[in-house]
Amino acid sequence: MASIKHKNTKRIEGLDKNVWVAFTSVAADPSIVNLGQGYPDIPPPSYVKEGLAQAAMVDRLNQYTRGFGHPTLVKALSKVYGKVYDRQLDPFKEILVTVGGYGSLFSTMQALVEEGDEVIIIEPFFDCYVPMVKMAGGKPVLIPLRLKSSSAASSVSSADWVLDQEELASKFNSKTKAIIINTPNNPIGKIFSRSELQAIADLCIKHDTLCISDEVYEWLVYKGHEHVKIATLPGMWDRTITIGSAGKTFSVTGWKLGWSIGPEHLIKHLQTVMQNSLYTCPTPLQEAVGQGLLRDFELMGKPDCYFTSLALELEGKRDRMAAMLRQTGMTPVVPEGGYFMIADVTALNQDLSHMGDDEPYDYKFVKWMIKEKKLASIPVTAFVGEDSVKQFEKYIRLCFIKQESTLDAAEAILKSWNKD
Amino acid sequence: HVERATVDGPSLSFGLVNASFRDKGNMSRKLHARRIEGIDKNIWVEFSQLAADYKAVNLGQGFPDFSPPHFIQEAFCKALNGGFSKHQYTRAFGHPNLVKILAKFFSRIVGREIDPMEDILVSVGAYQALFCTFQALIDEGDEVIIVEPFFDCYQPMVMMAGGTAIYVPLKPREGCGPVLSSADWVLSPEELASKFSPRTKAIVINTPNNPLGKVYQQEELHMIADLCIKHDVICISDEVYEWLTYDGTKHVKIASLPGMWERTVTIGSAGKTFSATGWKVGWAMGPGHILKHLKTVHQNSVYHCATAAQEAVAVGFQREYDVFGTEGSYFQQLPKHLHEKRLRLADCLKSVGLKPVLPQGGYFMIADISNLNVDLADPSTKDEPYDYRFVKWLIKEKGLATIPVSAFFSPEHKDEFQKYIRFCFVKEDSTLQAAEDILRQWSDSK
Repeated sequence: MASIKHKNTKRIEGLDKNVWVAFTSVAADPSIVNLGQGYPDIPPPSYVKEGLAQAAMVDRLNQYTRGFGHPTLVKALSKVYGKVYDRQLDPFKEILVTVGGYGSLFSTMQALVEEGDEVIIIEPFFDCYVPMVKMAGGKPVLIPLRLKSSSAASSVSSADWVLDQEELASKFNSKTKAIIINTPNNPIGKIFSRSELQAIADLCIKHDTLCISDEVYEWLVYKGHEHVKIATLPGMWDRTITIGSAGKTFSVTGWKLGWSIGPEHLIKHLQTVMQNSLYTCPTPLQEAVGQGLLRDFELMGKPDCYFTSLALELEGKRDRMAAMLRQTGMTPVVPEGGYFMIADVTALNQDLSHMGDDEPYDYKFVKWMIKEKKLASIPVTAFVGEDSVKQFEKYIRLCFIKQESTLDAAEAILKSWNKD
Repeated sequence: HVERATVDGPSLSFGLVNASFRDKGNMSRKLHARRIEGIDKNIWVEFSQLAADYKAVNLGQGFPDFSPPHFIQEAFCKALNGGFSKHQYTRAFGHPNLVKILAKFFSRIVGREIDPMEDILVSVGAYQALFCTFQALIDEGDEVIIVEPFFDCYQPMVMMAGGTAIYVPLKPREGCGPVLSSADWVLSPEELASKFSPRTKAIVINTPNNPLGKVYQQEELHMIADLCIKHDVICISDEVYEWLTYDGTKHVKIASLPGMWERTVTIGSAGKTFSATGWKVGWAMGPGHILKHLKTVHQNSVYHCATAAQEAVAVGFQREYDVFGTEGSYFQQLPKHLHEKRLRLADCLKSVGLKPVLPQGGYFMIADISNLNVDLADPSTKDEPYDYRFVKWLIKEKGLATIPVSAFFSPEHKDEFQKYIRFCFVKEDSTLQAAEDILRQWSDSK
């Protein structure tokens, strides 16, 4: 019999549930076209894979490296981002390498959030933000993006989803420690404009709060849009941690490498968490990512830079996916960035009353679609708090960083939707 | 210290706040969380840097300077060329191929059916397995017994989890003359028993031990087990060096003792197992009802571990499963290989007046430096413990890097153990030769 002493600690109370556990087992079934979990089924660039093979052949690179980030990698990051930020970045004091963007988020929360702190989170949000804030003892304060009523019903863009400025201002108070923003946003694909970021920055400065900017999809920006780093706005460098991801940058989510960039006085606290949690990240993977970044640094701004070429490749897939969904009768929200698209399924009028009352509509729809149509997606209410469920329960999220054959299979399903 | 700007108008706020503290950050409030207070210092950062700066022969930090075995390197190459899925997310709690073979492999050793999905969590090195364990099980006010000398991270991890560390030392046995083996360092049963209280949540043991090299014997583990059962305490058993035992010493898993599986978290490391510390693949193994809490921490901290390395480790373990106990097993070959290096280093240390403690297992050897009368005339280290000062002197003046052993003792007991330094002997013969040359030259010049 399990002892009462074998109970979980308070910090993880209620944090054991996870939307992915329910939906990723689906990925194992090969008969299902999986547009659910966000990972590419396209191969990573060959030079990145080769870089790893080469690194693995060097004895020293199979042993421990510098805890806060392998020198080759942090130097490459300071080069690439030094150019992007237009500022000198100290590779050893202003950069921390972590286990994915996820690990950066965790190090940031553990280092800077504690009991008594409030953290503003914009809905829909990458689902880990809330449990991480809670595990750090903080209180999540949610605010939804809202669809502008002026947008045409037939052609919705992620830019049509905006924050209400008064509502946003009302969320800040003296307990607010930080606001988390994600741009490009998962799941909507919104890219916060310079003026939108300025409004957020103004509030951060006014209330003396931190900004945690999750920019893992920063290179996946489609034509006509610009990714702006909030850390580059006046007054923001000293109060912002910006998070990036090798997995998303080089289509190698299984490498689990990411980074936090920010001022020394903040990064040093994240480093303290790192040295007391996992100490160092795998060496050969860091070497390979560093080499990959150096290669693409030389090509930055040119079309064969992977950061640019991947976005170009994905734009085609984005447009194709939007067209397929429209054809079926769904209303896609065309994303300005990232590799997800949400779609409104209201117009399909799918009756799911036989599935009971205890789940939001999108959860039921996703399960029904997996079963009846063999097509997997993710319910968008997984990314919002209870109070916003009604606003988002007619939306599902689809991932389009998939090879053409996967999209062909999805198209076949969507085309024959109404024929059953 | 600046008052928080509460003026209206963004440009005015920006002007006021931005004007001050350019180098300290323009935020006036306290930024860091209390949980990281007092845990920012770290010996590895300091001493690795020093060893690098002075280009010292490095017997300090514990990693091999030879390559991992060929079969594991091959497995890694195969994995990274094995299709797109090897570069994308795998199962969060552990790559299926890896958890399955770990379950199979260790079931045979522990003598019970281990469930790959319920009883195992793969982590970013054993380090992260330790982190998940403390975060999952230690609440504010919980006491954790730590046997010293201890791998230095246990103390800050207990602290970060809000726990209180209670220390109990291994001590050289009385009346056995000059202590020559790690087997002579023992726990006092009475002293150990006295450390258990109603607030004791867990005890951490490390066998084979870092830095001493002690391999706990069956009777010693039974004594600890009895106390765990009596006081209903969880045992955290760090066994990363489990394959490295010498002179026929047997490694015993405390989880295999009666009444212990259900209350033990056993920690292992692919880095130490396959001499690939830079891969950072480790695991925690134990009963599902405890492991599930570690999984919750894991899914809210890193979520996934890198896929390709896990696949390679799985292949490595499958190979070892097939050749287990035979001469071809890396788990036989590596300790055999290191056995000689260990003896060679011990002889060299003795010949120059140091008194080594011959380890029964692990990567390290400690040596008593009290016989040497070195004039450590370095004012910059004046206030530090003797062994820290000695190690720094040895790096700067002789170009040989080691680690001060008092770093592995509690603040309470550091002072009693200032005369030992730790050597890592898992090095190429050329490295050990270079170290020997330095020591002999120094000895000859005295």
